[in-house]
Amino acid sequence: MAISDIFNLALRILTVAVAVSAPYLFAGIGEMFSQKSGVLNLGVEGIMMLGAFVAFYFSWAYDSILLGIILALLVGALMGLLMAFVSITLKAKQGISGIGLYMFGWGVAGTLFRLFVGGVEDITGLPDLNIKFLNEIPVLGELLFSHNILVYLAFLLVPLSWYVLYKTPWGLKVRAVGSTPRAADTMGINVKKIRYQCVILGSMLAALGGAYLSVAQANMFANDLVAGRGFIAIALVYFGRWKPFGILKGAMLFSVANGFQRWFQISDINFPYEVTVIFPYLLIIIVLALSHEKFAEPTALTVPYDREFKG
Amino acid sequence: MKDNLKEILFNIIVLLIAFFIALFLGSIILLIAGVNPLVAYQAMIIRPFSSIYGLSEALVRSIPLMMVGIGISIAFRSKMINIGGEGQIQLGAVAAGATALAIPGIPKVIAIPLVILAGFTVGGIWGGIAGWMKAKLSVNEVLSTVMLNYIAFQIYLYLIRGPLIDPSELAWGTGVPQTARMPDSTIFARLIQGQRIHSGIFLAIIIAILVYFLLWRTTFGFRLRAVGEEPKAANYAGVKVDKYLILAMVLSGGMAGIAGSIEVIGVHHRVLEGLSANYGFSGIVVALFGRLHPIGVIPASFFFGLLLIGAEMMQRAVNIPSALVISIQGLVILAVVSSNLILENPKYRKKFLGFFLKN
Amino acid sequence: MGKIKSMEMVNITKKFPGVIANDNVNLKVESGEILALLGENGAGKTTLMNILYGLYHPNSGKILINDREIKINSPQTALELGIGMVHQHFMLVPSLTVTENVALGIKFKHKFSMDLDKVAKKIKLLSDQHNLNIEPELSISDLSVGERQKVEIIKALYFNANILVLDEPTAALTPQETDNLIKWLRSVIKEGMGVIFITHKLNEVMEVSDRVEVLRNGKNVFSTQTSKTNIDQLARNMAGREVKLATAKRKNKFGETIIELEDVWAKNERGLDALRGINLKIRKGEIMGIAGVSGNGQKELAEALTGLQKIYKGDIKFKGESIANKSVQSIIDRGMGFVPEDRLHMGTVPGFKVKENLILKDYLRRPFSKIFLLDRSYINEYCKSTVDEYNVKCPNINTPTHALSGGNIQKVILSRELKRKPDALIASYPIRGVDIAAVQYIHEKLLDARDNEMAILLITEELDELFNLSDRIAVIYEGKILDVIETAEADKSKLGLLMAGVKED
Repeated sequence: MAISDIFNLALRILTVAVAVSAPYLFAGIGEMFSQKSGVLNLGVEGIMMLGAFVAFYFSWAYDSILLGIILALLVGALMGLLMAFVSITLKAKQGISGIGLYMFGWGVAGTLFRLFVGGVEDITGLPDLNIKFLNEIPVLGELLFSHNILVYLAFLLVPLSWYVLYKTPWGLKVRAVGSTPRAADTMGINVKKIRYQCVILGSMLAALGGAYLSVAQANMFANDLVAGRGFIAIALVYFGRWKPFGILKGAMLFSVANGFQRWFQISDINFPYEVTVIFPYLLIIIVLALSHEKFAEPTALTVPYDREFKG
Repeated sequence: MKDNLKEILFNIIVLLIAFFIALFLGSIILLIAGVNPLVAYQAMIIRPFSSIYGLSEALVRSIPLMMVGIGISIAFRSKMINIGGEGQIQLGAVAAGATALAIPGIPKVIAIPLVILAGFTVGGIWGGIAGWMKAKLSVNEVLSTVMLNYIAFQIYLYLIRGPLIDPSELAWGTGVPQTARMPDSTIFARLIQGQRIHSGIFLAIIIAILVYFLLWRTTFGFRLRAVGEEPKAANYAGVKVDKYLILAMVLSGGMAGIAGSIEVIGVHHRVLEGLSANYGFSGIVVALFGRLHPIGVIPASFFFGLLLIGAEMMQRAVNIPSALVISIQGLVILAVVSSNLILENPKYRKKFLGFFLKN
Repeated sequence: MGKIKSMEMVNITKKFPGVIANDNVNLKVESGEILALLGENGAGKTTLMNILYGLYHPNSGKILINDREIKINSPQTALELGIGMVHQHFMLVPSLTVTENVALGIKFKHKFSMDLDKVAKKIKLLSDQHNLNIEPELSISDLSVGERQKVEIIKALYFNANILVLDEPTAALTPQETDNLIKWLRSVIKEGMGVIFITHKLNEVMEVSDRVEVLRNGKNVFSTQTSKTNIDQLARNMAGREVKLATAKRKNKFGETIIELEDVWAKNERGLDALRGINLKIRKGEIMGIAGVSGNGQKELAEALTGLQKIYKGDIKFKGESIANKSVQSIIDRGMGFVPEDRLHMGTVPGFKVKENLILKDYLRRPFSKIFLLDRSYINEYCKSTVDEYNVKCPNINTPTHALSGGNIQKVILSRELKRKPDALIASYPIRGVDIAAVQYIHEKLLDARDNEMAILLITEELDELFNLSDRIAVIYEGKILDVIETAEADKSKLGLLMAGVKED
């Protein structure tokens, strides 16, 4: 292959990777907030499914993507409230309660889809913002300026969440609560309130990530739309050491690797189709194996806080 | 004895309350969908009892639920959350099917145990991978087992579309992804004419009892339970904690593998798509409902077997997708783990009882 | 300063499930004085101060500031009132900086930004004013224990504390740091601060305080001005007389050395040296008591001997063979018994039945099991007789162990360890939190074992226990054995000084 062909291929893969990272960024940064405050929410997959369906349905039935997204955010907040109540107030075991939430979201999305939509339906998704003049710049034009608005929002979320977490009083409280809740309590911080806020925020972002998949990426809804992305996003939080830019790095690396693999699939090399589908999941397992670093983990993760607990 | 019975009764009552809360929340979904919850639930809960078909199908489903439920219970008791049931069932099924097809002439008495063993081994290895990653690399086992599910599914599809596909599918050109029919020497006999309930149910119950013995009557089980309850104390007592954490996952995956094997040689007589039917997830609910005890899992699996066939009957009666039952199971999980506070913590148990006794 | 002239806690009672932590306790402190709150571990000092700080709510009683009753419902309220607390286990977030930790308590005007530079400047100012030497940008995890304590002090000063409560402040300080702290305290009270100094170290009480309040078992037992008392009187009041402990008959003949530690070095969980060259010999048939304030390496010493802690230098010999870094199972098999400090999470599996915990180390051998099957009838027989023999109070042998009282759980552990007839037994704080009757029983059993040639290492903070049971006493301080003395030649004040790190040459 000529150098220019390789270059163009790389550019293509990178451009697609930028767009494909968006749902991972939404869900991943959402989960980061939740975990930073000490709550493990494994229900992200189910929240994404429900967010995807709600956004799709209202875009399809009422012709308004905006309405769909707003309602998806609302549903995300409700799911987050449920998870927060079960995990923080009722102190249930967080790993398994997340799976319960996942099954709940999955079941509701599937049920409502069958009932109200029935079969495969297309929608015109979010348009690409092809910003005039800017998108004609060679190389960078298509890479940076040809995406839809949610993609820009997702990438904006990275520095924004970094600022919130590290430069605002609330972010400071979140970091304290997830690490040493007893110390935060003695400084007058309401540990439970902060955790509720983070779980609900995380859930809303996860729902937004799901909404992206149905109204901006696939432009349709199906039962296997999310296909594990929620769990992958959680793995990326571990990989990114609970830091926004680390998650960005993880999401981009993952999406690029995935894009590469997809090119492989359509090239002349003869691999069984199933092998290429396995690739992202295998990659995540490798990522998980390589990113165990106990000291980066929020110390109080999964431990419900009880002031009178004498240890 | 009397205290034990009181304890069991208390557990049953709290679990049933949790179940009804889940049904109540599920009815909200039904109302959104424009369906009368009472009609839907009546179809789901009562109908299965109204025919031999219903009862037989409930039992058919209870078998894999029981196996997976026992496996999940073993894992949970070691503080390992095994979400990999689906993949472990599938790979166990394919191993069992391949083994059965390879031994057509061998007498049943040897063939069936061999087939089950194959399923157990492969399912166990699949679970063991996640167990090893957790013990040695501190990798969250929920994430690893979920990823392994997706990988296992593709391996499963590849095998039944490719190397293991029924030669007659290729010959006829229909290409349905399924293996050839299992040899007669490897099949569980049907118990009732015209129904699918098969003799595998006896094996399942025997396995449940064996696991009970393993956990509570052997030195191996003693160590496994010690590690699961309090790794610090187990370490103090000289037990190699890592080894038993991994073994717990191997046993857990192995039980799911047995579930897959039984589905192949008892129900479908082939390895085909849709075999795992989300038993990997329903099994989790069964384990929680059975309070993580192999003997408790037996009635819990019957209960949920009824629920699953009920869901299908509900679908035919009021046109509600059976996917609803997944959401109800999710709510049941949430309700049951929430109730742990009451079931395990004496302070909250008193509050809960006090609240009820006043009314 | 100057908001609080006096603070008084009146008839405070606080109950937890199964224990009365504070029983009608009274306490008063005025600005410009240092009050020492003295008592053994478990006397109720920390609970009382947690109530003052708003972390716990008392069941009854009231708090008066300047003779007016106020309710302290949360730490927020305490901070606003001018009560500052330096906790025993520091309330600091290790991953954050000094500035950020202080900032947690600040109510910033804007939600979108915080001026940490301003906070840092004030911290530097306070640090310079009080000679504390703290750099605000440093991360807590980079600071030593002494420095972290200074951060806690700065937190209190930053929020204009008028009453400063210090909970066991010198527990993990070097003698030099202790001196500096005491000097600082005596100077800061001149500016109007009132100080409550919680401790169980008698010499510090004499050195630092103006008045002393002694608590025992959650009650006030003694109240005086420091100038009018002395160490012996305080010690007597602190330990009390109600425990009539069994006493060892003096022995002159001991067996050969059975445990030997040679220059043992080990790091604790946080990677810091906990054992710094331990040298110790223990003989058959003797009880070697280890005296010292908790946190000077006792835990690591016990765990190194039993295989739970790795050592990186030196050797440990048991019955002539090296056991350093060998597996736990092999050390158990060689005949080393261990009654650990953490009886509920290490000594027993709390969810297991009593009978299961009784066989926790025996289940593998005959006649408890044959090949891999547990012999249930033998186990039931054995456990029933053990429970009878040791008078373990439980509904039956199938009761989950966590339901038993502390003393009975300890009996389960002790009976298990002793019935295995080990050649040596490590007993860590065996009577901590245990009722009197059980204490007597445990001590009798230990003495019996010693009379039957068992070597026992007894780790404890109770001076009476040390004197009554040990044949020799070794004092551990900052990971080293400072001295080994014959019990017959030891006295409490000398021991107290050694425990505080003061060795007379």
